[in-house]
Amino acid sequence: MSHDHTHSEQHHDAHHHEESFISKYVFSMDHKMIARQFLVTAIFMAFAAMVMSTLFRLQIAWPDEKFAVMNWLLGDKWALGGKMSPEIYLGLVTIHGTILVFFVLTGGLSGTFANLLIPYQVGSRDMASPLLNMLSYWFFLIGAIIMLGSVFIPTGPAAPGWTIYPPLSALPEAMPGSGMGMTLWLISMTLFIVSALLAGLNYIITVLNLRTVGMTMMRLPLTIWALLVTAILGVLSFPVLLSACLLLVFDRVLGTSFYLSDIYINGTPLEHAGGSPILFQHLFWFLGHPEVYIIILPALGLMSEIISVNSRKPIFGYRAMVGSILVIALLSFVVWGHHMFVTGMNPFLGSVFVFTTVLIAIPSAVKAFNYITTLWKGTIRFTPAMLFAIGAVSTFITGGVTGIILADAALDINLHDTYFVVAHFHIVMGLSAILAMCGGVYHWFPKMYLRMMNKKLGYAHFWLTFIAAYGVFFPQHFLGLAGVPRRYYTNSAFPLFENLVNIEELSTWFAILGAAAQFIFFFNFFYSIFRGEKATKNPWGSNTLEWTTPVEHIHGNWGEKLPVVHRWAYDYSKPGAAEDFIPQTVPLAPGEQDEGRGGHP
Amino acid sequence: MVTLLGWLVFILSIIAIVRLIKIYELASEMRGGKPQWEVTESDNRFNARMMIVFGVAFFAFCFWLFFAYKDKLLPISASEHGTHIDWLFNFNMAIIGVVFVAANAVLFFFAYKYFGSKKNNKATFFTESHKLELIWTVIPGVVLVVIIFLGIKTWNNITAPAQGESMVMELYAKQFDWTARYAGKDNKLGRRNFRLITDTNPMGLDLTDPDGKDDIVVHNEFHIPKGKQIDFKLGSRDVIHSAYMPHFRAQMNCVPGMTTMFHFVPTVSTDEMRKRPEVIKNMTEVNELLAKKGEPPVEFNYLLLCNKICGLSHYNMQMNIIVDEPAQFNEWISKQKTVGETISASTENKTDNDKMLAEKK
Ligand code: HEM
Ligand SMILES: [Cu+2]
Ligand SMILES: [Cu+2]
Repeated sequence: MSHDHTHSEQHHDAHHHEESFISKYVFSMDHKMIARQFLVTAIFMAFAAMVMSTLFRLQIAWPDEKFAVMNWLLGDKWALGGKMSPEIYLGLVTIHGTILVFFVLTGGLSGTFANLLIPYQVGSRDMASPLLNMLSYWFFLIGAIIMLGSVFIPTGPAAPGWTIYPPLSALPEAMPGSGMGMTLWLISMTLFIVSALLAGLNYIITVLNLRTVGMTMMRLPLTIWALLVTAILGVLSFPVLLSACLLLVFDRVLGTSFYLSDIYINGTPLEHAGGSPILFQHLFWFLGHPEVYIIILPALGLMSEIISVNSRKPIFGYRAMVGSILVIALLSFVVWGHHMFVTGMNPFLGSVFVFTTVLIAIPSAVKAFNYITTLWKGTIRFTPAMLFAIGAVSTFITGGVTGIILADAALDINLHDTYFVVAHFHIVMGLSAILAMCGGVYHWFPKMYLRMMNKKLGYAHFWLTFIAAYGVFFPQHFLGLAGVPRRYYTNSAFPLFENLVNIEELSTWFAILGAAAQFIFFFNFFYSIFRGEKATKNPWGSNTLEWTTPVEHIHGNWGEKLPVVHRWAYDYSKPGAAEDFIPQTVPLAPGEQDEGRGGHP
Repeated sequence: MVTLLGWLVFILSIIAIVRLIKIYELASEMRGGKPQWEVTESDNRFNARMMIVFGVAFFAFCFWLFFAYKDKLLPISASEHGTHIDWLFNFNMAIIGVVFVAANAVLFFFAYKYFGSKKNNKATFFTESHKLELIWTVIPGVVLVVIIFLGIKTWNNITAPAQGESMVMELYAKQFDWTARYAGKDNKLGRRNFRLITDTNPMGLDLTDPDGKDDIVVHNEFHIPKGKQIDFKLGSRDVIHSAYMPHFRAQMNCVPGMTTMFHFVPTVSTDEMRKRPEVIKNMTEVNELLAKKGEPPVEFNYLLLCNKICGLSHYNMQMNIIVDEPAQFNEWISKQKTVGETISASTENKTDNDKMLAEKK
């Protein structure tokens, strides 16, 4: 594809463009502003979810104690005398999971970095549709407000876990949170899905159509490949979640029976007949599994960029990286059944899901090995971003290997829904994605806020976070192996678990440390927005196009002329070059090979 | 007063932080020269060393956890198929253990070894190597094929329909307790229907079904005979629950509107398990901890737990399982009242029966 013409028409009002406060900061259509709106919202939501997790970790570790802080934060209704009630315990677990999975690591992560980097790195003046882009943020924000607000309603938030399996989520009689709380959850998620779809379509179209001259697909930075494939996954799978939720709404308000049958609750047999709760799980996980890759792929994309730039070395195996992104995306649609091995599914079907699930480990392993090889013989520069990226590779490995255990249906029988699963997915997805997202913030802060974050505070933030992260989740494997189920309000109903309680305590101590460490980040972030050192044009010596724009933000990103791309994004420390980086805009020297085109030494 | 003091401290510390920042900014302005964000060689060296320190500490932590807790995990499997699961688990664990240690170790080591410095200032331009990439696609591929093969084989063995003679029984879940029902002499469970549920008939048993007359319903704990295949049918009357029996490596969801199945052969009786040294050790620890809390000591018991979030009391939905020697079991079961006997008793003495059922509930 060639785009020589489209762009000369685009640089309309690049400079003389007066904007009011409202159109610049609130209803902005500029991708850079929308990225920052997503980021700040996500940071706020992450903070809320972190507070929730600290509270429920306190409860599960010391179920017999009373904590003044709980009464202080949750009030008499939920924590009379400082003792947390089971309603709010399950409610917080549910909202914590929903916020982090959807609002922070899907909306927040993609929303921030796809908006910031897609136009910048493909060399476009903005998103294909700035209006849709703005709408996607507003749907996201309203969804976020409703989700968080649902914690404060009298009957409490939705509480059946983030996977909201019916009938528990369908019947208000089943638990208090399944009334109003669940209604709000469903409204919020519907808005969220609309946001994700608007955003995803926009990302796809922008990457496919608005690449600048010379930016062929095989010259795209891996960040863009990751964000593109993520958007495609989202557009294909979120509608399925939407329909799952709609059917649930029908069951709840119209008396249909998609998911319900033969139920006696609260002293009455219900009229619902013929539905299957398992149908919901199929629909949910048909989204739910791609969803976990929707979270991790952008993270891997950011890591690719950060690791390559700061090793001053090309990313190893660019084409294998693109290939594994594509294979992971394809496979991620045919593995959902591994969440349902013990629902009574046909054993043959189970075998098929074992097969596909274990296969997905291969492209994942290739990615991990390629990151490690990128470090090999590099000249590593430990910016805070680089530390976070390396940490994310470590957690991706550590959490990935336990996936292989869970993928083995025979082993999953005894591990499903225990803390082993909690450890697996928090390490492989939660930690990797959060660490990579932090890395992304440190790395692209100068492009977002035109200032630099503090390095020393960044180091402190990383090391404390990394230590705490493993400290919280690694011990939880052992709880799972001892047969402790997840989503228990207290383990004290089972005397047999009594001598495991210090694992819970250990985990909670690290959770407190980790939460405390985030204040270093919050401070650094907000302080640097206003008082950080002024950024320079290309502080990290990167090749990608975002660092060729002027230091200050201008509407349309580049001046008169859009950049023209001559090479792939990874010419770091190329032999014969004067500097250890060659931006993508530098023409090839006579006789020089472009690696991105498929030529290789 | 305390609150006031708290606020005072809070405000003062904010002021102090703001002052400190001002001083820091002034100082760095006066220092001039390089901006703070530029990474120096000493930064690199510090973080590179931290990588090694962290790596060592991390592995030490993992191994400490492993050795500290390996005896506190589940005891040996008390079921036939569970032994195969344990073998497969150890096999897979050995493989992933090696990968976990090796990959993390190499990662931390490279991060340490190749930090940028005056000595190491020129990275190697190395873009791809088909050989390397082939190696680390094919080797994991082969290993994973072995894992898949063994995994599917074990899975198929466990989930194949119950073969040969077995004892049929039902586990029935509701918010928030379990009921166990034995199929009785005919080894056939009587029908039940959720529309028949009443306070006195909490399972909705169809009392007209002749198959159900000899069924036996028990609460709180149920017995099973060692060495006999138990064919569980699972059901729920309200939301999804999950019958989790970790000592037998068994779990199956209980779903309203459908019947799920799981079968296993218990191989270790409760008495035998209570005599195993690791169980004795664990129970001593548990009872010491309970004594500290002022709670009475407990004996080891096999457990049935609910392992699917099902509402507010999900955390306390349990039943003890007693594995008896066959003779003991026969004696126990012969003392239980069948459904038929309970009904005839109730026609003789209605109030008595109501009281009994209410108690069971
Ligand atoms: C090596 C590749 C992986 C394999 C083989 C694998 C396998 C599995 C399996 C079988 C389960 C179901 C466990 C159960 O509920 O009993 C599971 C759960 C989960 N995995 Fe993975 N996984 C892998 C990598 C990942 C990655 C990369 C992510 C995310 C980025 C992820 C996120 C999750 C999540 C979120 C859950 C649990 C959801 C829940 O029940 O709440 N996994 N994984
Ligand atoms: Cu999955
Ligand atoms: Cu339950």
